Amino acid sequence: MTEELKTDVIVRNSLGLHARPAAMIAKLAMSASGNIWLTVGNETVDATSIIDILSLACMDGTRLTIEAESASDIDVLRQIQSLFEKGFNE
Amino acid sequence: MNNHENGASGEFILTGISGSPGICIGKAYLVDREGVDVIEKYFVGQHEIKSEINRFKNAVKKARTELSSIIDGVPEELRDNTYILETHLLLHKDKMLYDKTIEIIKKDHVNAEWALKKATSRAVRMFKQITDPYLGARAADIEHVSDRIMRLLAGIEEVNISGIDKRVILVATHLTPAETSQIQLNRIMGFITDHGGKASHTSIVARSLEIPAVLGLETATSVIKNDNFIIVDGNQGIVIVNPSEETLLDYTELRRRYAIRRADIIRSGELPAESADGIVFRVMGNIELPEEIVGVRDNGGDGIGLFRTEFLYIARNDFPSEEELYEQYRETVELMAPHPVTIRTLDINGDKEIPSLPTPHEDNPALGLRAIRFCLKKPEIFTTQLRAILRAASHGTVRLLLPMISGCEEISESIRLIDSAAESLEKDGLPYNRDIQIGIMIEVPSAAILADAMAEMVDFFSIGTNDLVQYTLAIDRGNPHVAHLYNAMHPAVIRLIRHIVDCARAKDKPTYICGEMAADPINLPVILGLGIEELSMAPQSIPEIKNMIRRISVADTSRLMVDVLKKNTVSEIHELIKNRFGDMLYSEIYAR
Repeated sequence: MTEELKTDVIVRNSLGLHARPAAMIAKLAMSASGNIWLTVGNETVDATSIIDILSLACMDGTRLTIEAESASDIDVLRQIQSLFEKGFNE
Repeated sequence: MNNHENGASGEFILTGISGSPGICIGKAYLVDREGVDVIEKYFVGQHEIKSEINRFKNAVKKARTELSSIIDGVPEELRDNTYILETHLLLHKDKMLYDKTIEIIKKDHVNAEWALKKATSRAVRMFKQITDPYLGARAADIEHVSDRIMRLLAGIEEVNISGIDKRVILVATHLTPAETSQIQLNRIMGFITDHGGKASHTSIVARSLEIPAVLGLETATSVIKNDNFIIVDGNQGIVIVNPSEETLLDYTELRRRYAIRRADIIRSGELPAESADGIVFRVMGNIELPEEIVGVRDNGGDGIGLFRTEFLYIARNDFPSEEELYEQYRETVELMAPHPVTIRTLDINGDKEIPSLPTPHEDNPALGLRAIRFCLKKPEIFTTQLRAILRAASHGTVRLLLPMISGCEEISESIRLIDSAAESLEKDGLPYNRDIQIGIMIEVPSAAILADAMAEMVDFFSIGTNDLVQYTLAIDRGNPHVAHLYNAMHPAVIRLIRHIVDCARAKDKPTYICGEMAADPINLPVILGLGIEELSMAPQSIPEIKNMIRRISVADTSRLMVDVLKKNTVSEIHELIKNRFGDMLYSEIYAR
């Protein structure tokens, strides 16, 4: 069960997680009922904050973990995951 | 160099670039990066915390509404460029900015401005550690958002320069043309900036306001403190901070002598600019606002050689109506009659922004969608202005000047629009005059090269030397690292102008000059020698240039040109001018 609320993704766009992708993630995370966290290495940030996401400085190829606190947010988690997989349509 | 380390209170000198001549002595007033006033910190009592937070929330709400309407106003085809604005929209509510500011107000009992400033600098500091240059640069997005909120919080429209009511010397990192335009002559003694060069728009405005300015100081905003006593020497391009009593005395005397000298020259401004061998030149004024006509008339100008029309668009949030434009143009034309007024059509410059029109980001705006390119893309905006100009032309002598022409088709397309504007006025039964001179600015090298073809299509050429020199030499005149290489006496520039004048003469058309090159006496022998018939410049330069023309024989300048055209470097050309005209030039220019 907890396994499902956590997934690894890799940044697949040449400019990295810049303002637009960060905004897309934050928008989705805001629709979640609980917290959504992004983790790189030992740094974890709140996915609703563009500034927090940007401060992770994820370049192309960076591996991140997305984590949802509430089971009801599994859709949000999947949607964020698919954004990463599509390279944020860039 | 500077001995100002450790905040020593002794005298020290900063060296920059002279932006506008003159000397002023007074107190420094620092304006921070975006023109927002130095932010004050004050205590907010327990019972006021709630209303302080609401004040912040309201400012954010307003900022978001402002931004939304900017996004809505972006035309469909440019929608791809709005994502950054939409990101900004989200950033306004970002917890690192929004929640953090509220938290700081609550916890520290401080005003919203200070709390926002603190939250912003914390967020921005996180970015300073990012090594990836692109991601690191995102700090600017946060600053933009914060600045917008700050402006609304402080209740300032764009910047608060217009509200300064002390006789001070402005110290800023950078002043945008819009900010410079708000400076009130009677309030500001002078200004100095970290960025900008001699030919940057800021210094042009400073010269038209006749206030001393020194630019490109690089460190002024970091080493000068509010209320520091400073001397701005716009003649030499230096700033003296914490002057000693001795320096102060010297400069008080210099300032007095400079003022006397200016007064002498101005008194002779009314006399015609007739050369020593009897050739009369017209010396005209460049203006931005109808009010500046007074300066042109007082200084003995023979008309308006360049009426820049952008500021009527810049200092507002919507587009001016045809009626407003017409009223302003008519006023200008009537005040100047019987002398001609040369109205340059809208030139949104690389470094200008019109608030009513969200401009998509351009990496290189100076080479982007501006001036005639913009007008031909927005014919409805252009036509409104053309109709206003044609209507004003029924009240006096108007010349129409098209900026940034780079190809012949731009001329024919513009003339077609002028004709249809005249037709529509005819249909509307409004008085107008289509029988006006139409000229083009030669400021792009391609237009200079095609001058022979273009001379057939128009009535006159006006050389915009600021841009022509910048584009020919590939020098950004606002960049302090290369500004010293910007030189109108470059042999390539001189040969290019010779070509322009020759092409115009072959078709019996006159060539005028309206860049700052015309206002520097050292260039005068070459300008006259090249066969330029009319010079236009900042109004306060008119008397001095007229005075110099009276002392020069055009026959001598023609002989000078034969030799100048054989030289291949700036220094050789300067040497030549100095040898032939030096004594006269230097004794006239420097009163010391």
